[in-house]
Order: sequence, then C-alpha cells, then structure tokens
Amino acid sequence: MNSDSPARNTKVMNRFDLTSRLIAKLKNEEAVIGGIGNTNFDLWAAGHRPQNFYMLGSMGLAFPIALGVALAQPDRPVFALEGDGSLLMQLGSLTTIATLAPKNLTMVVMDNGIYQITGAQPTPAAAVADIVAIAVASGLTNSSWAADEEDFERLIEESLSAAGPTLIGVRIDDKPGVGTTRRDPVQIRERFMHGMGVRELL
Amino acid sequence: MAVAEELTSPGTSEKSTSERSWHGIVLQTLKRNDVRLIPYVPDRVLTPLIKSLHADPFFTTFPAAREEEAVGIVAGAWMGGMRGAVLMQTSGFATLANVLASLAIPYQIPLIMFVSERGTLGEFNYGQSLVCRTMRPVLDSLAMEHHTATRLDEFEFIVDRSIKQAVTTQAPVALILSPLLTGGKVFDK
Repeated sequence: MNSDSPARNTKVMNRFDLTSRLIAKLKNEEAVIGGIGNTNFDLWAAGHRPQNFYMLGSMGLAFPIALGVALAQPDRPVFALEGDGSLLMQLGSLTTIATLAPKNLTMVVMDNGIYQITGAQPTPAAAVADIVAIAVASGLTNSSWAADEEDFERLIEESLSAAGPTLIGVRIDDKPGVGTTRRDPVQIRERFMHGMGVRELL
Repeated sequence: MAVAEELTSPGTSEKSTSERSWHGIVLQTLKRNDVRLIPYVPDRVLTPLIKSLHADPFFTTFPAAREEEAVGIVAGAWMGGMRGAVLMQTSGFATLANVLASLAIPYQIPLIMFVSERGTLGEFNYGQSLVCRTMRPVLDSLAMEHHTATRLDEFEFIVDRSIKQAVTTQAPVALILSPLLTGGKVFDK
C-alpha cells in the first residue's frame, strides 16, 4: 500500500464490508459484475443474487463485461467490482468506456496495491501510480477516491443519477476474500441471464 | 433481398449491382441475425467493413484497445440480451487463448469472431507468418468451431450458418477471412 501518497490520503477500508454496503443499497435488480478472485469471492459472500456475475478467469475483464451489460440494458444500473492488479491488465478499457460513456455504469476499484491472492506481492503500480488519476486521464472525469465508508455510499448513490460513467477508487486492506464462489460457470451465466430478464431457467 | 439492402446501406463503398463484396455480405448477414454490437481492433483488410458498419446506425461499432477487452464486452452484451461480434487480425487472435479458455467456452457464450488472416499467401512480415501458425492449433486445442472463408460464393452460407450455430449451441466460432477472399494485405512500401 502506498500510504505516503497524498493522492491516496483516504481511509483504508475492507473489501467485504464495502461490497456488503453496496449490495445493501441495491433494490432494483441492478447488475453487479465481480472480477477475478477476491472481488467476486466477497460479492458471493455478501449474499448471492441472480443479478450477480462472478468471473472465474479472464483477469481484467470485469469492466469490459460490465460495459457490455450496460450497453445491452441502458435502463439498468450496472456495477463492476475490480481489483487494482486486474485493472492494470486492461487500462485501455477505461478509454473505451470513456468514449462510449454509458451513464448506467459504475466501476469500483478495490486498491490494496498487492496481488493478495497470489501471496501479497506488490503491483508495479503500488508505489508510483494513482489509479483514479489514470481513470481521469483516460477520460473518465467522474472518478474519485472514497474518503471513507460513508463517502463510498454517497458516491454509489450519486452514481445512480450521474450523467456519465462513474469510477470509485477505494483503498482496502490486505485481507483475503470472505467466501468462495461456487465455480460453476454455466450456472453462473444462466442465472445471471435470468436475473437480467433475458431468459427463463429450465 | 440482401443485395437490395446492401445497396441502400450508405457506407457500402462497392455498390456493384452484379457483384457482392465480402464485407457487404458480412454486414448484411450480421444484420439479418440481429448482431448489433461490433467492437474491433482495426486491420487494413477490414477497413471497408469497419467503415460500412460505422456508417450504418443499426450497429454500435467502436474500437477496443485489446481483442480480449472486445471479447469481454460482447460476452457481457450477450448476457444482457444483445448480440455482438468481434473483428480482429490474426495477431490479435493470438492474444485470446486465456479469455477463450476461461470465459467464452466454459460460460458457453456464443462469441462470434471475424479474423482477417495475415501471415500467409504473400505475407511480407516474418513475425506475422509465425503468429499465423499459432491460430489454428489454438482453435483446435480448444475444439472450437472455425472456418476459413476463401470463396465469395459460399461466404454468406458460412457466415449465416456459423452465427446461427454459435447462438443455438452456445459455443464460440472463429471465421477466418483468407486473403483468397479479401485480397489480403500486400507489400506496398
């Protein structure tokens, strides 16, 4: 964690707590895309809902997948939870999202500066880069760090009526995910499509 | 039917009444199958197709920074009820093994890919010819459906049937556009 950087002079929070706060706010079948590893583990642990999609591979694609859902269903709010290490794999996608600018897309970057799940190695960005500044420079002007849990909830609320896509950076601790997603890709996808109103379950 | 529609498409550059272009066939077949979302990483050979897709408001056509990003986008769109297809070059396909094996195939997503084939039949860049040799072994190792289109007279059949099969079997398909179909890219400077 780069706690010395003034850009990250925000409270160190917890992924599961923040994910639970987000889920508690969702009352209208909003979509939530969980990235690889801990982000989807904590999404699962926060309480499964048919509108959740859990990504079991394809590191870095939570935001692109969420963009696709947001474009397909412009009236449904779509949230995406991604780790800082994952986002580093697809920084270019921020420019794609900024260009298409779906107003129903809210991206949350869980930034602990480490690859927690592989042994807590620091990311190449940890000591030098500011992910929210990268997002702003990529054209996502509505990007900000959440100062604390209340600020996170406020930013989530604001994103629901934003004129463009929102990105929220949160500094988090080095704790692992709380739960373990059931790794059944077909069932995850089928239930998600059901949750999106696209198809009925058998 | 498709020819008449093609003539009314404002972006179609080759408006010959007697001859259909490969890119006109792609556009009309995508439209007929309600495939609307077209992220791409550009390629010289694909340029007339990309131009005509951009010019047609039926499609949402846009560049992505990487091919796997484009795959993620159409996967999400599919789950949200919108069909898409990704356009790329051979070297772009070479970046996709992970996303095919961890997203498209295990989640049973009908990913439709058009790959402009470089690296053969007149390639002038050794690296392109090498990367081309990795494409079919990757597709075969994942037992993925793929076809190499070489002839205009069978192209619509291949594209139309492949899209329908991808959707009904919930499995990805790669349509490789041979220089025999498109003319390919030749050494010019």
